[in-house]
Amino acid sequence: MAEIRLQNLAHSYSKQPGGPEDYAIREMTHVWHQGGAYALLGPSGCGKSTLLNIISGLLSPSEGQVWFDDKVVNDLTPEKRNIAQVFQFPVVYDTMTVFDNLAFPLRNQGVDEARVRTKVNEIAEVLDLQQLLKKKASNLTADEKQKVSMGRGLVRDDVSAILFDEPLTVIDPHLKWKLRRKLKQIHEQFNITMVYVTHDQLEASTFADKIAVMYGGQIVQFGTPRELFEKPLHTFVGYFIGSPGMNLIDVQPQAGGVGFADVHLPLPEAMQATLAATPWKTLKIGIRPEFVHVWDAPFDEAMCADVTHVEDLGTYKILTLDLSGQKLKVRLQEDKPVPEGKAWISFPGQWLMLYADDYLLESGHE
Amino acid sequence: MNLRKVVPLLLYILFLLVPIYWLVNMSFKTNGEILGGLSLWPQDFTLANYKVIFTDESWYSGYINSLYYVCLNTVISLTVALPAAYAFSRYRFLGDKHLFFWLLTNRMAPPAVFLLPFFQLYSSIGLFDTHIAVALAHCLFNVPLAVWILEGFISGVPKEIDETAYIDGYSFPKFFVKIFIPLIGSGIGVTAFFCFMFSWVELLLARTLTSVNAKPIAAVMTRTVSASGIDWGVLAAAGVLTILPGMLVIWFVRNHVVKGFALGRV
Amino acid sequence: MNKVHNNKAWWLVLPVFLLVAFSAIVPMMTVVNYSVQDIFDQSSRYFVGADWFRQVLRDPRLHDSLLRQFIYSACVLLIEIPLGIAVALCMPTKGRWSTVCLILMTIPLLIPWNVVGTIWQIFGRGDIGLLGWTLNKLGISYNYASNSADAWVTVLVMDVWHWTSLVAMLSYSGLRAIPDVYYQAARIDQASAWAIFRHIQLPKMKSVLLIAVMLRFMDSFMIYTEPFVLTGGGPGNSTTFLSQTLTTMALGQFDLGPAAAFSLVYFLIILLVSWLFYTAMTHGDKN
Repeated sequence: MAEIRLQNLAHSYSKQPGGPEDYAIREMTHVWHQGGAYALLGPSGCGKSTLLNIISGLLSPSEGQVWFDDKVVNDLTPEKRNIAQVFQFPVVYDTMTVFDNLAFPLRNQGVDEARVRTKVNEIAEVLDLQQLLKKKASNLTADEKQKVSMGRGLVRDDVSAILFDEPLTVIDPHLKWKLRRKLKQIHEQFNITMVYVTHDQLEASTFADKIAVMYGGQIVQFGTPRELFEKPLHTFVGYFIGSPGMNLIDVQPQAGGVGFADVHLPLPEAMQATLAATPWKTLKIGIRPEFVHVWDAPFDEAMCADVTHVEDLGTYKILTLDLSGQKLKVRLQEDKPVPEGKAWISFPGQWLMLYADDYLLESGHE
Repeated sequence: MNLRKVVPLLLYILFLLVPIYWLVNMSFKTNGEILGGLSLWPQDFTLANYKVIFTDESWYSGYINSLYYVCLNTVISLTVALPAAYAFSRYRFLGDKHLFFWLLTNRMAPPAVFLLPFFQLYSSIGLFDTHIAVALAHCLFNVPLAVWILEGFISGVPKEIDETAYIDGYSFPKFFVKIFIPLIGSGIGVTAFFCFMFSWVELLLARTLTSVNAKPIAAVMTRTVSASGIDWGVLAAAGVLTILPGMLVIWFVRNHVVKGFALGRV
Repeated sequence: MNKVHNNKAWWLVLPVFLLVAFSAIVPMMTVVNYSVQDIFDQSSRYFVGADWFRQVLRDPRLHDSLLRQFIYSACVLLIEIPLGIAVALCMPTKGRWSTVCLILMTIPLLIPWNVVGTIWQIFGRGDIGLLGWTLNKLGISYNYASNSADAWVTVLVMDVWHWTSLVAMLSYSGLRAIPDVYYQAARIDQASAWAIFRHIQLPKMKSVLLIAVMLRFMDSFMIYTEPFVLTGGGPGNSTTFLSQTLTTMALGQFDLGPAAAFSLVYFLIILLVSWLFYTAMTHGDKN
């Protein structure tokens, strides 16, 4: 399978949805390409698990189509799609040994025993489960059980995509990174499409090539971790990614740019034109704490803010500033001097983002 | 609607209901019609059989007696079982496991074994032919069951609630009555249901320990059977009337029982 | 739960202990007392040691009754447990219909046991019962009053009618306790309905099924009223089970000594077999 396409997909759990708030997934169109390692990132309740269940067939979407290559698979049961899913809660068949657990999907397909044995041993080796093969599945630790769950997904030849629904939630922190690395290895080795659902941005960025950020039932941005960081297309992406997240301030248009209180922020001409041409209800500017430029000495062209709080985190510091009534967080490298009382800051044009109705406004020349 | 599941289920429920329907059917017929030939519904509908039961004291007193001792038994069982179940759930004490096990083994005792000893015991303390005797005798089986079921529900309530109440200044009795009991409402419902069930249906002990004053309806019915001419219509009507209290009880506790099933501990 | 060690908890348990002890220990002592004495009347009784036990264990009447009882309980378990599980699997998982089903299924359980006997006594008759009349119309000769095989079948069907719902309800509660995610994983693994039953549902119902098996064994082994009302133990004594034999001995013939000895043996058999069931069904968990 070369790609999974979600066409005009929407889902509501109620029989007669009234408005957008009744939809768990609002209309979206999205393509997952073969062989990619993707993360589906978002806060609890944004529709990630719903989307996953729609892709694997456990849930039938109320609107739209799911395409595998050039076939619509809406009516195809999970048993008939060649997709595996690993759940948050480790699922193992307690009465069977680890070997039988891994063999289960193959035996259900009627594969002959010799082939079953080869495949199971192969996957057991990849997942470091060889010593446990004879053990009863009920006596395993949580991470071993989760590995068995993953193994059941990998053991099938015909599987072209594996979906992970927050699989590391029950795993001890010190084992999480081990499993994450294992997943990355598996991805490189088998070249299967992997979609990994999580609400942890660190997990997402270490695992995935590209991250789909979900918010309010929609994928608001799909890009590499770096793209998400440097150019968030939605205020939520700005806020969710990065620690701390992006600073967002409500502004009003002014001559030559935008501003709030007594602060004026000039905008390039092209941007002003785009702004004038776009209808909007809310307008925000966003700048990441890492990108706020702090001058070492007072500078006339810079804005002046009061330093209200300094947090020392070892290799860097977080300053909380008050800029004409608005709170700002700024991330300062270890070696830079910490301003006292007042700080002079400016927002470099390339990192200053303008959001109309929470979506990034981009001028034509990007 | 999965037909492979619905059809067998419907057949099973039909299997359960048809004999009962037959009894109901008979209760509305005259003896003449019953013995005359088979009819699927009463050709000659009559309420005479029920009239007999409601007007003849030897019949309706049976019902009253039965209901009386069953309610007595349920109340007694619940009252003693609640604190005991609480103790088993929250505390370890000397001999607790053995006591619990001993309680459960009483459920395994054949009632037939106790007929004569009970007869002599209750006679000797002057409680023969009283409702309280039957209620107490049934406690032998119902109390262990009540303790067992309630212990499960009580264990489902976190201990932190008890501790919070003590910090808030509640004395133990007040805490138990005002806070705890409402929390295990469905558990109490399920237990009351089972106590009622086992006490209402039991015949052997109830008949042995009574003769005239506290004679249960079951004994009244079986005495009728051994008489020379069996009054089928009245017997059927009496039977139907014994099913009704049970149905009422299910109706009242239905939500608790369903909730109890959902908790997986019945 | 972290239990606190506190012997004062005995005060809470005392009412139960006293009540059950009064109902259990005092009568039990009476039974033990009788089992080792030969009682002619209130004033003349002789200690006879284990004589009654020897007599009872050699009594062919009791052997027959015991054999019949074991066969009966075995049949009951073999039919009711699988049937109850099957019914539970067919029931709707939630919603109004599941409540309706549960309520309808509970009705046979709440009927006084003598009425259960009466219902089937009537139902099986050829002249006034729907079952008997229908069978005779279909050309099948059926008379539970004169034919032993017919009597056995009727008593068994009556028990199945009466008690299967209990097994079904217990199984149902066990099934409801299984988290959805197991079913989802099984669908992804392309498991057949049978595989799901064997590897997920049945293992997870184990504790509930243990309760069902033990309850049904115990109650079927102690059964008295229903078969007594239906067949009176006949024809002959083909449907006379242990409790009826014991009751006849104790109250009918007033053979207190042997009856008491037999009572103890009866109780012990139940304890032993229950313990065997319990150990067999839980030994798998020890691994």
